[in-house]
Amino acid sequence: MAEVQFRFRSDEPVADPAVTVDSFGEQSNASAVRLEPGDDARDLLPHLDRLQLIEVNFPVFGDGRGYSAARILREAGYDGELRAVGEVLVDQIAFMRRCGFDAFAPEVPLDPADAEAAFARYDHVYQPTTDGRAPIWNLRHG
Amino acid sequence: MYKYDTYDQAMVDARVEEFRDQVRRRLEGHITEDQFKPLRLMNGLYLQLHAYMLRVAIPYGTLSSAQMRMLGDIADKYDRGYGHFTTRQNIQYNWIKLEDAPDILADLASVEMHAIQTSGNCIRNTTSDQYAGAAADEVVDPRPYAELIRQWSTFHPEFSFLPRKFKMAVIASDIDRAAMKLHDIGIQIVRNAAGEIGAAFYVGGGMGRTPMIAPCINPFVPIDQFITYSEACLRVYNRHGRRDNKYKARIKILVHELGKDEYTRQVEEEFAHLLTQNIEPPLAELERIKAMFADPPFETGLSDELDRSDPDFALWLDNNCLAHKQPGYIAATISLKPVGGIPGDATGEQIRLMGDLAKQYSFDELRVTHAQNIVLPHVKKADLYALWQVLDANGLGTANLDLVGDIIACPGLDYCSLANARSIPVAQKISQRLAGQAQQIGELKLKISGCINACGHHHAGHIGILGVDKKGVENYQLLLGGCEGADTSLGQITGPGFDEDGIVDAVEKATSFYLSQRQDGERFLDTYRRIGMPAFKEAIYG
Amino acid sequence: MKILTGNDLKTGAVTWWDGVQWSLHVEDAVDVGEHADTILAREQAARRVNAAYAIDAIKDEAGVRPAHIKDRIRALGPTVRPDLTLKPADPAAGDWVI
Repeated sequence: MAEVQFRFRSDEPVADPAVTVDSFGEQSNASAVRLEPGDDARDLLPHLDRLQLIEVNFPVFGDGRGYSAARILREAGYDGELRAVGEVLVDQIAFMRRCGFDAFAPEVPLDPADAEAAFARYDHVYQPTTDGRAPIWNLRHG
Repeated sequence: MYKYDTYDQAMVDARVEEFRDQVRRRLEGHITEDQFKPLRLMNGLYLQLHAYMLRVAIPYGTLSSAQMRMLGDIADKYDRGYGHFTTRQNIQYNWIKLEDAPDILADLASVEMHAIQTSGNCIRNTTSDQYAGAAADEVVDPRPYAELIRQWSTFHPEFSFLPRKFKMAVIASDIDRAAMKLHDIGIQIVRNAAGEIGAAFYVGGGMGRTPMIAPCINPFVPIDQFITYSEACLRVYNRHGRRDNKYKARIKILVHELGKDEYTRQVEEEFAHLLTQNIEPPLAELERIKAMFADPPFETGLSDELDRSDPDFALWLDNNCLAHKQPGYIAATISLKPVGGIPGDATGEQIRLMGDLAKQYSFDELRVTHAQNIVLPHVKKADLYALWQVLDANGLGTANLDLVGDIIACPGLDYCSLANARSIPVAQKISQRLAGQAQQIGELKLKISGCINACGHHHAGHIGILGVDKKGVENYQLLLGGCEGADTSLGQITGPGFDEDGIVDAVEKATSFYLSQRQDGERFLDTYRRIGMPAFKEAIYG
Repeated sequence: MKILTGNDLKTGAVTWWDGVQWSLHVEDAVDVGEHADTILAREQAARRVNAAYAIDAIKDEAGVRPAHIKDRIRALGPTVRPDLTLKPADPAAGDWVI
């Protein structure tokens, strides 16, 4: 289990291990769940109030389903920790952050300087997400 | 045309620095080729047969003379003196060094150009009608909508790791000059009965291994919702497109396997949800962009007279020039298909010359067509002869638009690591063999692909040729009857394949048979559709 | 014989393993026998070559001849631009590819 290397939250990390989506349905006291690429994030929507941690697995970095899962969860109002795990590479973390991830536990730790540069690379964004950054069209037209 | 503001410029500048850093990390060994490859692909940098190949984006095929000048300079400074215009309105350079790539991107950024997302499993360059803004039959100029799509799709955080590449096209006329229905998403801007503008969405078209014509999934999305609707289409694809098999990963497979109705249902559901997220740019943004695509300051009261006394000029005029919506003007196509030449290639000098001609004769604007030619969209008829003389003197005056010599060909095995056979020599030989009959044959769109990936669009050719590998030897299949317009159809294979000489002979047999059978006014395609495959097959293999 | 080919990481130029380093010329290619994987792993890790792989080849009177036309085109250059190949002055070079 990889360490959380970057975390953009001020609350305490959840101590419980994340269970699978299938098990989560059976355990009424679980507060942490792990989504695999083939899981449907919308299955978790009825349970968001009891979730404090959702891990989204990227078994291979090219499988981009986790980006949609993250946005769906944030768009539904989930405000617990949303953690990217698996093959999380430095050139994806900025996109992940925009999609709503606020914690990163890469299998292979990232160079912190490279990661910091990646998060800060783009001053502006063309599209709105739930991250609250104003898209360029908003800056143009107020 | 679109001009960057400080925000757009900052984006491409930051991208250059990001890529410079990624190249440094690759050269220093901090990332492997497997990790670096998707990053360089998202900046259009392939590793091809002879060197790295860079694909530069030309958004919806429109560019200025300053940009054209830079493209010519890049060809000379960093490459081997030429560039190749592609079937998606982009330009490719074949001899690029990785260590030069960041500097090339910096040079491009200085003229508001880039190579962002011209490869990779992301949303690619959105293409459009090469006569946008000049054609009399368009409802509106489609390019502002393509520009909105460009910005929406650039560095999209959710859609940068799709199952596969994603290609969009936007048109605004019933005549489809951009092969719109053969795209992952094709959009036709339309006007409804109440006079309102909206977007008709066609989703799930494409060529390659399994060519499909996109069905219309929504005939009218209000124009102030079309980005949100696009997002819904993409999200369904990102979530449910196949990732188990590279050859089944395009959206056309998803639409086909779910069925159009179920795919549409899922999109409409996602669309209803996304409408609550306020992701659509305001109409003010569309208006801001539209203002940059207003008509140039056309002169009025101009003569429509043309002196046809020079027969070579008259031939070029009749073949390559299209009537313009503005009296006294004409849209002129510069053919990059000289007889026996390499389709779509131009030297650095020719590229700069075309830019200069655009500045002098076409309000500083050029278009790249998906047939690998260049259009000067707004030429005064009074200037046309002088323009043609310069083109003719520089190998750019071939009068063959949409004739058999106007061949679309991918780079093929001479350049491309994916290819099974060479396509360019076949194009050259056919061009030379039929040069003397080209005018007589008339409209004949011949398209050649060097492999099943179909970058030459062979499925959509009136005559299509597909190169295959037959036990290590190049072999060519012949297809007839493809078409990319409003009456889109996919070509059918005639029968057993041919070697290089054989395919040239077979094409000539097909055109000779057509000439012997055609009725008044029929193009090759019309005669083929009337008579059918069996008779043509007999003529070819007989 | 089994020979190794790839591209130079920095320049993209096509290269061939000559036993010691990576040459631009296919005629320098040597038979690596059973050692292809070992050499490829070592050379790619050291970044002395990129995207390298092993191919079949024969030795004939003209020299080393890759088995597949694609690699022969890589060895020479595009058949449609003799001026850009490694042998621009040799009119028979294109025939060797085919």
